[in-house]
Amino acid sequence: MKYSSQAVAKPYFIFALILLAGEILFGLLMAIQYIYGDFLFPLIPFNVLRMVHTNLLIVLLLNGFMGATYYLVPEEAESELWSSKLAIITFWIFAAAGVATILGYLFVPYAELTELTFNNLLPTMGREFLEQPLPTKVGIVVVVLSYILNTAMTVLKGRKTVITTVLLSGLFGLAVFFLFAFYVPENLIMDKFFWWFTVHLWVEATWELIMGAILAFVLIKTTGVDREHIDKWLYLIIAMTMVSGILGTGHHFFYMGAPEYWLWIGSISSAVEPLPFFLMILFAYTMTRDRKIKHDNEIALTWAKGTAIMSFLGAGVWGFFHTLAPVNMFTHGTQLTAAHGHLSFYGAYIMIIFTMVSYAMPILRGRPHGNCQKAQKVELNSFWMMNIGMMGLTLALSAAGIVQILDQRVGTELIGFMESQESIEGIYMIRAGFGALVFAGLLTYFYSFFVKEEAK
Amino acid sequence: MTERITKSMAKNIYYGGGTFALLIFIALTFDTVHQIPERSNEVDMTKSVVAGKKLWEDNNCVGCHTIVGEGAYYAPELMNVFQRRGASDEGAFKGYMQGWMAAQPLDTPNRRKMPQFHLTNEQVDNLSDFLIWTSKVNANEWPPTIEG
Repeated sequence: MKYSSQAVAKPYFIFALILLAGEILFGLLMAIQYIYGDFLFPLIPFNVLRMVHTNLLIVLLLNGFMGATYYLVPEEAESELWSSKLAIITFWIFAAAGVATILGYLFVPYAELTELTFNNLLPTMGREFLEQPLPTKVGIVVVVLSYILNTAMTVLKGRKTVITTVLLSGLFGLAVFFLFAFYVPENLIMDKFFWWFTVHLWVEATWELIMGAILAFVLIKTTGVDREHIDKWLYLIIAMTMVSGILGTGHHFFYMGAPEYWLWIGSISSAVEPLPFFLMILFAYTMTRDRKIKHDNEIALTWAKGTAIMSFLGAGVWGFFHTLAPVNMFTHGTQLTAAHGHLSFYGAYIMIIFTMVSYAMPILRGRPHGNCQKAQKVELNSFWMMNIGMMGLTLALSAAGIVQILDQRVGTELIGFMESQESIEGIYMIRAGFGALVFAGLLTYFYSFFVKEEAK
Repeated sequence: MTERITKSMAKNIYYGGGTFALLIFIALTFDTVHQIPERSNEVDMTKSVVAGKKLWEDNNCVGCHTIVGEGAYYAPELMNVFQRRGASDEGAFKGYMQGWMAAQPLDTPNRRKMPQFHLTNEQVDNLSDFLIWTSKVNANEWPPTIEG
């Protein structure tokens, strides 16, 4: 570790990983309730399980991004963090707010929670992924602003690199688009339209900038490739992201009450959306081929290549499957969306955090050359378990979506939703099995942290 | 291919292309905001419809159901439940909704369960009005069939 303030990244990484375990656990509970409707009912109804599952994901990703930023910014800026104290304070605020929110979901009926948390003053709750009570939403704004302040001040007093510029523009976009979470028009259609400004423009635009910056940083460190070369790739990737991703928001406006021209604009722009992810694969593999050094931490580079491939599959390929308007007419609102959501979030965002943790955590623990071979081997096993598990559950959900479409939407002998769901039960069991494999993979990953270093 | 592209070219594509896309997006946003009231029949958005939407949110209905194709996939799509369960008849649908909401959770073993929300009759009517209004939104002919 070159700068002592980089150490603040450690609690962020650890907490993000703990939240990930919680997220997967709740995912498994949902997978079981999907098959056995009485499971955990009425103790934890499905909507609560789902809220915990998705909100844990959001909080863990923000935690991971913050940890990654606080680790890489001092090295990029060649200067200590502007305020490591602020970074630690915001860590505890964020952790406390996150835990309190999850406990609120679990122990207070949602309607009561809306009343307890002043939702009647400014209604923002009860919308997918943005279910957080008003105080939590305000807390997120405060934490994100202090995060941006800390990052910006560090960059301003030190060296400016393309990586930190891109990272900062991603963070700035993240903050701006979250503001739409506070805007809830009375008209459902208007509400949905602006809801996507937060949800889509986070995931398919600004977060991709953050991901690109982290990936570029790890590739510089593990391959030793010339920065000029890396910068060019980074610009090219995010250029394609912006060109396709912003107007690609249109693929959500096909069938929700927005005008017809989105059918064309959304289809055309989002057909280009796989391109930046494809460039990421070329980026990771070209840099590996042209590498100047052979870093002992091989597993970090494995994750970097993995995240490029899995995000291309999840966001690129699975996104493309249903992004053309005539296809989306039939796939809109089916398990195909869930399939795409799972693989893209995992491939792009969970895996970029694994990449960063795998690179930075050994250094933070006083192992500049990475973990020992044995620990890296365990980690490689967990890499494959999680990847195969996620791929398997994505394929299962895709199959479920296709059956749904055939049952409810194509032909003349249609059956209803509940009946169709019963016919999919076997597929849901397979999904749950692969989910369990992902969880086992994560536990294996955790175990790799505790493998004893060989005496040298 | 990438050999011929320089760093400054890539940078220009990013700033130029990004700004261009953003400007088009903003222009279309203004137009869409202008068109939504008509496409969603905002004139028919009564107090009861608005109250129904608030109930929909306060009880996190979207945590299990989809509406206009968005939400969770645990329970049926509700944009066209008015046609499916009420045969597009307001009286019939409101009656159905009163019975349905009161009967939850159903007693069928291992069927997916809908919680009991303890809504008043008036609140259930609000929800019905909200769903009836939603069913008439022009969503480019989605959903494709009555089964949603």
